[in-house]
Amino acid sequence: MLLQDKDRIFTNLYGLRDWRLEEARKRGAWNGTKDIIAMGEDWIIDQVKASGLRGRGGAGFPTGLKWSFMPKQSDGRPHYLVVNADESEPGTCKDREIMRHDPHLLIEGCLVASYAMRANTCYIYLRGEYIFERERLQDAIDEAYAAGLVGQNACGTGFDFDIYLHHGAGAYICGEETALLESLEGKKGQPRLKPPFPANAGLYGAPTTVNNVESIAVAPTIIRRGADWFASFGRPNNAGTKIFSISGHVNKPCNVEEAMSISLRDLINTHAGGVTGGWDNLKAVIPGGSSVPLIPKEICDDVLMDFDALRDVKSGLGTAAVIVMDNSTDIVKAIARISYFYKHESCGQCTPCREGTGWMWRVLERMAKGEARTEEIDMLLDVTYQVEGHTICALGDAAAWPVQGLIRHFRHEIEERINNYREDKPVAVVAAE
Amino acid sequence: MSAPRRLAKEQPESFAFTPENLAWIDELLKKYPADKKRSGVIPILWRAQKQNGGWVTEPMMRVIGELLDMAYIRVYEVATFYTMFNLEPVGEFHLQLCGTTPCWLRGADQLKNVCKKNIGPNGSRTQDGKLSWIEVECLGACANAPMIQINDYYFEDLDEESLEDIIADIRKGVEIKPGSRRGRTSSEPEGELSSLSDESIYDPAVAVTPVTLKSAGDA
Repeated sequence: MLLQDKDRIFTNLYGLRDWRLEEARKRGAWNGTKDIIAMGEDWIIDQVKASGLRGRGGAGFPTGLKWSFMPKQSDGRPHYLVVNADESEPGTCKDREIMRHDPHLLIEGCLVASYAMRANTCYIYLRGEYIFERERLQDAIDEAYAAGLVGQNACGTGFDFDIYLHHGAGAYICGEETALLESLEGKKGQPRLKPPFPANAGLYGAPTTVNNVESIAVAPTIIRRGADWFASFGRPNNAGTKIFSISGHVNKPCNVEEAMSISLRDLINTHAGGVTGGWDNLKAVIPGGSSVPLIPKEICDDVLMDFDALRDVKSGLGTAAVIVMDNSTDIVKAIARISYFYKHESCGQCTPCREGTGWMWRVLERMAKGEARTEEIDMLLDVTYQVEGHTICALGDAAAWPVQGLIRHFRHEIEERINNYREDKPVAVVAAE
Repeated sequence: MSAPRRLAKEQPESFAFTPENLAWIDELLKKYPADKKRSGVIPILWRAQKQNGGWVTEPMMRVIGELLDMAYIRVYEVATFYTMFNLEPVGEFHLQLCGTTPCWLRGADQLKNVCKKNIGPNGSRTQDGKLSWIEVECLGACANAPMIQINDYYFEDLDEESLEDIIADIRKGVEIKPGSRRGRTSSEPEGELSSLSDESIYDPAVAVTPVTLKSAGDA
């Protein structure tokens, strides 16, 4: 069943109404925040756990469980909440709408989450290019300070809480949590080896939790309306509502908040005006941001949009960024362009990724023209497995998966292109020795 | 990894922050612990780039290093790692065209042709210094593809014609307005809304009910 308006968390997702504090409050933001905090740290974490909320930044790790990894008592080091607002996964454009249209839900979430994790300081790390969003979010933070909602004795709870907006300068890799921390410390964004995990040694060596914007922004509403309410949407283990970003070959690209486990077909037909040229004109969909393997139409026909269903078809929900490609798409070129992206964004630290991303891209560019040998398809696949799992962070995996998805489902197209190319340019007959 | 980014061959003699920017830096550094002022390097480089008309220079990096007690090489590393720092002069209007797959699917190549025709090859600047353009990676506005960032703001839902119009306006000195070129407010579906059309949810009596906090599992 489609999500009803009364069950949507982001009621100003499109910015059709005023984002400012006064109006945001009339939509329910900052309602009963003091009471939530009065319930105590552990109660808050228990509610988030019970709601079934899984991280909205791509990996889908249970949010409440992540919060519970933070030390219960400080050993003298401060605790930090760092919000990952470095939204850069191609296809993904949802956090932007939260920050510019419903910023108070995010700020309230920062307070509640920070309180639960005994963090008196929160940094929001925003991607550098989101300059309008930076200005807007800073204005909203200033409003919250002026109203006493954050700062000393936040919301009259006796809890002192500072929230700071920080920004990057154009590096996809800073969406990886440890690279983000490096960047926030004023360094190149190169991921750290784990362990130690950020909950033990994160920002400035202190206990830190890094969460996606959407994960934090939904928390207060979940607690207000009850964990059971949130858990009632989606299939078990895939609970809640979620913002989906729909781009590419649809009639009406958009962001929309829907219930988890909605079918991909309903999502596209109901909210994005359908595939250009109709559903039968669909070629493939990348269902969770550029990192996840594409799925061809046969799978799209009845797949559900949740973590488990997409994992079962060897793809992933990722950030729930749905990139639609119709039959006019040069699918090899589309994936080659994604490979170029990963080549461009590799931080250069690990050899398999630094060298592998460029290698994969160059081979795919040739394959897009057909200028390759059939055996190279398996060689390319082999290289993806040599990159996957052999790097400090998941960028190597993210670069390998789209290529694997392409070969899994569209090997015939690559072969056909290679054969056609050869037919056009017959190889000179080599004389027998 | 992208090609190594090097500093421009010709560099100015010196760099000095304006008093306003020095005051801004003082405020900025209050965000970070006193012994962690290095955290401010990216926002400060950004501010400095702005002050300098859009690009980062060697003397600028030396000044920032001294300000933050950072070795010059550490500032250099940051400036060359992050692609929003321009290491060469850019145009008064700097167009960053998203070429990643979601924009590519909706016509980024056609926009590239408009840039090439009006400005020159990827990475170039017009003779008069008015315009420059470069292809960049995903700018995170995929539901409003294809799009371009011009200086600070996003211009979305573009096609060849609307981009030509924007460039013509820039040349004429007409103010250009960011946002959708198809009349959308943001990333709502075009035309009739498929969600958030039920006005009753905006009645404060409905939206702001007294909160009774229930633990999970409570009836």
